[in-house]
Amino acid sequence: MTPKERDYVAGLCASLAGLNIETERGYMLESGLGVVARREGFGSIAELVRTVRDRGDERLVCEVVEALAPAQTAFFRDPDVFAALGAELEAASGRGAVRVWSAACGTGQEAYSLAMLLEERGIEGVELFASDLSRRAIEKARAGVYNQFEVQQGLSARRLVRHFANVEDDFRLDPEIRRQVKWRRLNLMDAAPGLGSFDMILCRHVLASLLGPARERVTACLVSALRPGGRLVLGVRETPPATCGLVSVPGAPGMFEIPAKVRAAA
Amino acid sequence: MKTCLVVDDSRVIRMVARRILEDMDFQVAEAGDGADALAFCRSTMPEAILLDWHMPVMGGPEFLRRLRLEPGGEAPRVIYCSGESQVERIREALESGADEFIMKPFDAEIVVGKFAAAGLA
Repeated sequence: MTPKERDYVAGLCASLAGLNIETERGYMLESGLGVVARREGFGSIAELVRTVRDRGDERLVCEVVEALAPAQTAFFRDPDVFAALGAELEAASGRGAVRVWSAACGTGQEAYSLAMLLEERGIEGVELFASDLSRRAIEKARAGVYNQFEVQQGLSARRLVRHFANVEDDFRLDPEIRRQVKWRRLNLMDAAPGLGSFDMILCRHVLASLLGPARERVTACLVSALRPGGRLVLGVRETPPATCGLVSVPGAPGMFEIPAKVRAAA
Repeated sequence: MKTCLVVDDSRVIRMVARRILEDMDFQVAEAGDGADALAFCRSTMPEAILLDWHMPVMGGPEFLRRLRLEPGGEAPRVIYCSGESQVERIREALESGADEFIMKPFDAEIVVGKFAAAGLA
């Protein structure tokens, strides 16, 4: 790829999804775009980029941006976080209906980990929503079918036999667990996601991949969707932009809330 | 330093597993089948055992059944490492006393995660 092509693609990702694409890491760009070029029948990445630039075909533009968005995920990623989430959800469900949103859920492992946790702990009355920028990721998540490598990432053998069945060479999640999650394709950069308000929002390992202004915009959007007393869960080493007024919850890794006095003043 | 016994009839698998486990700070011993593994355990009971299912002389299930009858044989964490990928087989492995199950092929990340899940972090 030429520097001009890299800059063009990075600009596209920044304007549409707030993504911070490091153009000096050309191999990352070429690896993601190569997959799209092959899938869409282009002879080269240059041809793909030229077509996107000249025609502006919305579907193709989305394919390019989605292919470059970070997609690494795993079941029960950071087990300590899930232990804390289980305790939080158990306590919250005793106080009434609870709504949880897994924002930027990738291929669904995070949302399904929560659904498994709820089933294992017998926690009822929790609504689970999950969204991602990528249509392909949402399609895969909705199907609930994972390969051998994916089910060995963070999933214990006991959970595998409890919640999955073989389907050819892959593993399909129990339909009862799959039904617990409602899926939506959503760009966090868009205004008001229209999902309602939540007691807990998980947006882990996402903010670091965004440009500064996008990070603030996305965090503000998530905070606005939190109910009073609600919690925002980021990656264990992530911190929210200072402008958002969030403070960390003691003893709960990656968990943040808006202090009551700040809410009252707002 | 904890000891992990790698039981597999494939020398290549034993070598790959050894490299990963040594990076995880285990002292590694090797056995090519269940009978050799049982002899090792009778002299030195390891903290962890990475166990293949199908092996000549004595396979994984027979080894595990006999291990658990040995004095101190309840102690080692046993992680199967097998080409088996049927959920029913994995269930059978757990019910017969294994602590975790790795499906081949594997990489370091999977081994680290599975050992942690088996309480060997």
